[in-house]
Amino acid sequence: MEKVKKKIGSFSFWNWVTASIIFRLILIYFPKNLNLSSRPEVSTPLTSFRRLAEGYWLKQSFMSPYAGSMYHGSPLLLSLLGPLTINRIEGQPNHLLYSLVSVIADVVSAMLIRATGQNLRLAYLRSLESLDLVKQIEVSEFLFSGDIAALIYLCNPFTIVACVGLSTSPIENMAVILCLYGACSRLIPLAAFGWVIATHLSLYPAILIIPVIFLLGCGPDSPPRKLFLQRHQQKEVLNQSKLPPRFSWGPVIHFAFWAFLWSVYVLVLCGISLKQFGGLWEMFKSTYGFILTVEDLSPNIGVLWYFFAEVFEFFRNFFLIVFHVNILFMILPLAIRLRHRPCYLAFVYVAICSMLKSYPSVGDSALYLGLLGWFVNELADMQFSLFLFCGYVGVSLLSPVMHNLWIWRGTGNANFYFATAMVYACLQIVLVVEGVSAMLNHDRKLRNLITGKPQDAKS
Amino acid sequence: MVLLQRPHILLLLIGTHQFLQCWIAFGSVNEEGQKQAEFSEELLLKPLPDHKLLAHFHFQSSGPPSTSNGCHHHLFPKAISQLVQKFRIKEMELSFTKGRWNYESWGGFDPLSSSNAKPPGVELWAVFDVPQHHIDASWKNLTHTLSGLFCASINFLESTATYSTPEWSFPPASGNVRYGTLPCEAVCTENLTPWLKLLPCRDKAGIALLLDRPSLYRGFYHSQQLHLTSTGSSSEGIDSGIILEQTLTVVLQPNSEMAIEVHASEKHIQPSWSLSSIFGKQVSGRCVLAKPSSVYLLLDRGLSAANGLTSENFWSNPSFELSANPDRIFLEESSSHSKSLSILYMFQVEKYCESEPFDIGLMWKVPVAWLCQQTPLHASRFLMGSGNERAAIAISLKSTQFTEGFMSANSKDGSCELRVDVFQVVPWYVKVYFHSLRVFVDQQPRAVSDIIEKIHVSPSKDKMSPGVMEVVLKLPCRVNTAALTIEFDKGFLRIDEYLPDANQGFDIPSAIISFPNFHASMVFLEDDSLNKSPLLSKFQEKCPVMSYTEVLLVPLTTPDFSMPYNVITITCTVFALYFGSVLNVLQRSVAEEERFLKAKAAKKTGRLPLLLSKLSAKLRGRRLEPLHSPPSSSSFINSKLVLKVILVAGLAVGWQYFFS
Repeated sequence: MEKVKKKIGSFSFWNWVTASIIFRLILIYFPKNLNLSSRPEVSTPLTSFRRLAEGYWLKQSFMSPYAGSMYHGSPLLLSLLGPLTINRIEGQPNHLLYSLVSVIADVVSAMLIRATGQNLRLAYLRSLESLDLVKQIEVSEFLFSGDIAALIYLCNPFTIVACVGLSTSPIENMAVILCLYGACSRLIPLAAFGWVIATHLSLYPAILIIPVIFLLGCGPDSPPRKLFLQRHQQKEVLNQSKLPPRFSWGPVIHFAFWAFLWSVYVLVLCGISLKQFGGLWEMFKSTYGFILTVEDLSPNIGVLWYFFAEVFEFFRNFFLIVFHVNILFMILPLAIRLRHRPCYLAFVYVAICSMLKSYPSVGDSALYLGLLGWFVNELADMQFSLFLFCGYVGVSLLSPVMHNLWIWRGTGNANFYFATAMVYACLQIVLVVEGVSAMLNHDRKLRNLITGKPQDAKS
Repeated sequence: MVLLQRPHILLLLIGTHQFLQCWIAFGSVNEEGQKQAEFSEELLLKPLPDHKLLAHFHFQSSGPPSTSNGCHHHLFPKAISQLVQKFRIKEMELSFTKGRWNYESWGGFDPLSSSNAKPPGVELWAVFDVPQHHIDASWKNLTHTLSGLFCASINFLESTATYSTPEWSFPPASGNVRYGTLPCEAVCTENLTPWLKLLPCRDKAGIALLLDRPSLYRGFYHSQQLHLTSTGSSSEGIDSGIILEQTLTVVLQPNSEMAIEVHASEKHIQPSWSLSSIFGKQVSGRCVLAKPSSVYLLLDRGLSAANGLTSENFWSNPSFELSANPDRIFLEESSSHSKSLSILYMFQVEKYCESEPFDIGLMWKVPVAWLCQQTPLHASRFLMGSGNERAAIAISLKSTQFTEGFMSANSKDGSCELRVDVFQVVPWYVKVYFHSLRVFVDQQPRAVSDIIEKIHVSPSKDKMSPGVMEVVLKLPCRVNTAALTIEFDKGFLRIDEYLPDANQGFDIPSAIISFPNFHASMVFLEDDSLNKSPLLSKFQEKCPVMSYTEVLLVPLTTPDFSMPYNVITITCTVFALYFGSVLNVLQRSVAEEERFLKAKAAKKTGRLPLLLSKLSAKLRGRRLEPLHSPPSSSSFINSKLVLKVILVAGLAVGWQYFFS
């Protein structure tokens, strides 16, 4: 702990940020972007740069961007990023402008993560103070989780690859982070904007509305409210000012209003840009419909592509429902159990989505790994962290090898690649399960500290 | 009663008979008054430069308008007329082809090659005379009917993912045309037999007698076509019935034994042949129903020039000898851009009979070499890239110096341009990126907008429709090479969408390259007699010059076909693991946790561990120690567990070793 802190202290945060930016810029200048833009790990049918360029080309030639089954992104992205796919500066790499936008998006996301992390840390310290646990927990050893999270996000190879590989996931991630940041700092219009845009871009962040409501209703992460009550009962003084606030509906209604406003705005913009083509219905069909029906079976790091390539047509709809409902089923239990920690809840939701979504990419993993950095203090005694780390490294090395063997050399088999995808899914499951159990244990530890029980309740 | 009734019956019979006679007479009068069903059979033979022989059978039946004779047919096949009436077909062409037309040596600029060179497999296009929204339904029914009629899998063209709607680059283009190909269809005698059934004499008499299956399918190229033209539309008012053209084009290698005997020293001499030597049969008279029944021998421009044939000396020629005397000789009408003329020898089959069968032979005396007229640009197509993820299609156009004269003739002013139409259909699993279209002229990359005058694209939709690209290129006349490249991603299919031989790959149908500024036609002198011959009048029509490129074979990645159950079970296990373990973590409260630990401890003292510990104690030669109840640390459990696992594994290995 001490060492880590010293390290963080000696290397200043900003040095690391500049280093990561410079690293990105160097990678951008490599010829053909190191072929990263066509890697299955980076460019899924939803985030692929080539598909974006194709959609833009179709739109420029007065056809609906959704005319073929090439482009499945948002029409707004097409209007904003489309021109960057062909504009080029003389003597510079072809997609320099687009890459610069990705780099900026990454840096902005990192800054927002940092600000949110600081917010969360302050809230945590405040709640510990009000529980009089400052001495027991040794707050002085607390890491600056915001800085760590931002650095994890910026220096994560997954983020770098997604950024240099010209996928649209840096922008999607930025929208998600914007939403969480807005909710943490109580900038309700910003939170609503982030949520609407994130949902518009990739549908899955829609479930983040639950953590956002909790965030707006009772404020950022804190130990369960019951603990505060217990503490005050022990002291036999009920100091209302030290209690965390009760759930208040005001900001939530405010949020709902703004979310409605923004979504109307986004829909109107989409409608305008698709006016002469198929209109909004076509957009919904080829974005959300495409996500939900898993039409494209090209390999990615998820498990659904191979499953739906192999499963019998007769059962296809059944399994589509089962797999999507798997995400929805977990929403409620998690929300009940982690309602006092909305940011952590958001992290778990993002992790689950990136594990079960139809076209996952490393950009999604980059997001939840970055968010994981917020909770370094709480998750200090998480199990299997070394195993998980090694697993991630192993999978990210093996998966391209197996892909190469199967697709390029023809010596391997689809099963080899699928096996790495399976392992990756299992790793994420372990991460989610262990993360949730570590957080619950942490709460238990706090409670035991208050009630005075010996603190080995973990299994 | 019986006696009384009989005269009545007799009278009735007489009455009906008379009535029928009248009816028949009336019917025939009616037919003669309008138009009669006609049938013609013709065979055209043409020596090719690479020692091969082209035989082109042309059978044409014209059916009278449907209103004149109801559903009775004398000559015209009933199945076809029903087809036309039911689906309201304006024009239709179906071709079964095996082999590839060699544009370089067999030519591409004459009417014969531009209308009879077809892509391998089955090609079907049809123009319908129905409202727009009924066309697809008509097309589907038509494919099924033709599939039954010709014993071919044309019904695979039914799904929307296989056929396309060309807008303007396909020559018989209009809004109602549908076009589909099956490049991998195997064509064989089972397709020929139903085709022959449509002929009134089948292959029992007349020229069709020559269609000997083994010699036909031994050929280098074999294309069997059916072309329907119907003008029987109520909207136009003119009702001239249906014209059915059945053509069969084969390129054969004549046995060169005769030539070797005669001119053993001469290697380059063209092989001599006769009908009986190439088909193994002779024509014993015409099909009695055929009106013109004739055989033609065509010496094209290059050959006649090489032979020194001119309009004066074509009757007696020193370089070759015909075994039968031609009945007529036609000379091509001289055109502005070529000095040499094609010569057509005509033989009438009517003169011959069973006792004196018709057999024409051609014996070469001196070696000749010539070139066929070629298309302005020779088109070929190939794949670029490696691996099964992405690749690129390249269409390369190479100038054939042969037609330079045409181009200079066509160019009025200094800046002459050559217009090339490209029509390319790709199946949906070839996911083309249209923005990656590149144009190279003389190996230099050029801006797309400079060269491409017009482009129409309909992108492919997964499992719904194929990708169609229609491009008009404006190339400078002096161009040597031009190339179009376009990138694509290879799609991934579900296991049941793969063909039985999935690792063979998938075919991309031929692209059609047409030159709308050029028209191939052969106009022969002595027009009065030509009106009778449908084949020659077809030659006189101006048909656009077009050529088909090669079929491309794209290997696609395959999943493991034996794995569905494994994949389903493993994936579901992972999902169950996720669901179960997350729920488990969430619902575990402190009290439950303590209970869980207790239960674990209780389990430890179960029967099996007790037994095992006894066993281990015995192995160690020590007395059994009573187990400590509740283990306090988890590491203890783990070490115990590991020990147990190792023990069981050891037992298993020992067991295995002992019994094997």
